[in-house]
Amino acid sequence: MTIETVNATRLDAMGLTHKELNARLRQLVAQGYDKIELHNVYGQRYIGTDLDKPVVIDILGTPGNDLGAFMAGPTIVVRGNAQDGCANTMDSGEIIVHGHAGDILGLSARGGKVFVRDDVGYRAGIHMKEYKEKKPVLVIGGTAQDFFGEYMAGGVLILLGLTLKEGEPHRMNFVGTGMHGGVIYLRGSIQSYQLGKEVGTSQLDGKDQQVLREFVGQFAAHFGYDPTRIMEGSFTKLFPRYLRPYGRLYAY
Amino acid sequence: MKTYLPARFIVERDEARCIGCQVCVNQCTFETHYYDAGDDGVHSREENCVGCHRCVLFCPTRALTIRRTPLEYRENYNWRPEVIEDIIRQSETGGMLLTGMGDDKPHRIYWDHLLLNASQVTNPSIDPLREPMELVTYLGRKPDKVELGPGSFDLKTEMAPQVELQVPVMFAAMSYGAVSLNVHESLARAAAEAGTLWNTGEGGLHTKLYKYGNNTIVQVASGRFGVHPQYLDAGRVVEIKIGQGAKPGIGGHLPGEKVSAEVALTRMIPHGTDALSPAPQHDIYSIEDLAQLIYALKEATDYTKPVAVKIAAVHNSAAIASGMVRAGADIIVLDGLRGSTGAAPKIIRDNVGIPIELALASVDTRLRQEGIRNQASIVVSGGIRNAGDVAKAIALGADAVYIGTAALVALGCRVCQQCHTGKCTWGICTTDLALTKRLNPEIGAQRLVNLLRGWSLELKDILGGMGVNALESLRGNRLQLRGIGLSDTELEILGVRMAGS
Repeated sequence: MTIETVNATRLDAMGLTHKELNARLRQLVAQGYDKIELHNVYGQRYIGTDLDKPVVIDILGTPGNDLGAFMAGPTIVVRGNAQDGCANTMDSGEIIVHGHAGDILGLSARGGKVFVRDDVGYRAGIHMKEYKEKKPVLVIGGTAQDFFGEYMAGGVLILLGLTLKEGEPHRMNFVGTGMHGGVIYLRGSIQSYQLGKEVGTSQLDGKDQQVLREFVGQFAAHFGYDPTRIMEGSFTKLFPRYLRPYGRLYAY
Repeated sequence: MKTYLPARFIVERDEARCIGCQVCVNQCTFETHYYDAGDDGVHSREENCVGCHRCVLFCPTRALTIRRTPLEYRENYNWRPEVIEDIIRQSETGGMLLTGMGDDKPHRIYWDHLLLNASQVTNPSIDPLREPMELVTYLGRKPDKVELGPGSFDLKTEMAPQVELQVPVMFAAMSYGAVSLNVHESLARAAAEAGTLWNTGEGGLHTKLYKYGNNTIVQVASGRFGVHPQYLDAGRVVEIKIGQGAKPGIGGHLPGEKVSAEVALTRMIPHGTDALSPAPQHDIYSIEDLAQLIYALKEATDYTKPVAVKIAAVHNSAAIASGMVRAGADIIVLDGLRGSTGAAPKIIRDNVGIPIELALASVDTRLRQEGIRNQASIVVSGGIRNAGDVAKAIALGADAVYIGTAALVALGCRVCQQCHTGKCTWGICTTDLALTKRLNPEIGAQRLVNLLRGWSLELKDILGGMGVNALESLRGNRLQLRGIGLSDTELEILGVRMAGS
């Protein structure tokens, strides 16, 4: 981590309910702490919600569902796995997961960045959206389950396939179903039958390479990978074929 | 393709009155009226008329009359004109029929089969002109019991957040994008002045309206448009929208044409793209998941605001409502069959869901049976037309009601059901800036405040007649209702007795 922090503290989450834990976090942030090390986290939900400051939260243990839901500002580092709903409707900030993440990672996120070292569950990146410079970015080191990027309306979704064996393809289906905005960069092989019918594929152009290099670089820095090795893989760009996928359903 | 659809209306122009001023031409967005330079006359293309009355009301010489086309089909109860014309429309377009407003079919309106009681002889009625009448309503979770401190009247019980309403009528969710910013401003200003709440719907809250936050319900729906911490903080109540009476179980598509620059900014999506709301919220597949989102929102607002959950009234609403209360909802909102919409497939609007009266009665009964009725307030919507409907809803068990269509009618809506076209001549259900100007938010707010004042006076009269001086005494008091023209099963579900018994 490169974020400058000056006022660090630690908090033992053992035995605390999510309500108690989050109340303590709000209190510590209000007191001016800008780095909080959370120990003994056992499934408490909503960590990082309603802090609204660029505080760094280092989680040792396993945080519960909705980690960073509606989050605006904090940087969360998880030394373990994240569960379902991580970065749900996230506004800004950063989540770095040194492990796996569960279903609906980044659901409806509208900004911020999420880096997951390993694999993710179903519907990652569903309905992410963007507006001008506000653009969510999800970088996933491993592979994903079905409905990856479903209903995607904006942002950048990167899947690196680093947990797959040599030559092993991604297995998920319905990738980008209903996609009408944003872009997916996918490293490794995927067949056209695995894609939603609203998705087009192409090679990466210079601008794509630039975007990818930036975020892969950040991913590699977080988890100690060599970015050049990652970039050597073969990438496919997935994009929405239509801005209005459901424009012809209706009779007026 | 030549259309086989007949014109719905005929436009009669009294040539003796018409001065050729072209107000009708300028007011009509459906291009019904036009000026012909050839004969220097104003004429009509009747097939375009939707019956919105805009031209009739703005014609300075009252030269226009709109009537139904006297086109007679051969009598056939099964193959009614509407059925025939729907088939024609689909055979010419190949699409789902889209419509606006609420179910217009003759399903039984139970409000019209319920009658209120009044005091005679054995208990005196109260004159609301001279005695105070209490309409104040508190929405939010109520404790199972209240404890006071020893030897004092200080409240020891920790209370969940409550919201005070001066009148038990709130403005229903209508999103910015579906309706115009001037509609939102009219609703917000009226809510602030009348001491009630309005609801943003799912399209976010324009920054111009943040100052009305204390009278605002901010909605979180499946598209999560415009949902961010400041938005959640701005509202007085956060409402999770699961479903809507006009289209239970399906999502929403705001067409790109309605996503103007300002709508895009508020929803935080690019200008001109479709705003697609998925059918389910993808973080809610169960009651447990609902609990998770309810508490996510409580955490996001530090437990300072009630969280409401809105569902469409469907067959098993009572069991679902029980789950919602147990999941932590502080307010449950039931939207009935006749609930309105800016756009929905007609086949869904007219065939899915159940009447609000039956859903309300069964939900209130179920929550009472389970001993959890105090844990959540009940708000109902979907076809509430007047203070009589409000009083009956309160007696059936509602804490408050939402009005959508009634509020829009106060703003000028003629229920012509063209909301989905984006061409609303009254400037209500459109984002076309040339049209939205037609509604002045100051006048709009005044009309809404007037409506609520009228209904409040009527509610007080109804209460006084019953001999009670507070709405609280009517709430859930079904003995004040009698049914007329209903079957035993209907009476049983409504929990009311037959008139005369």
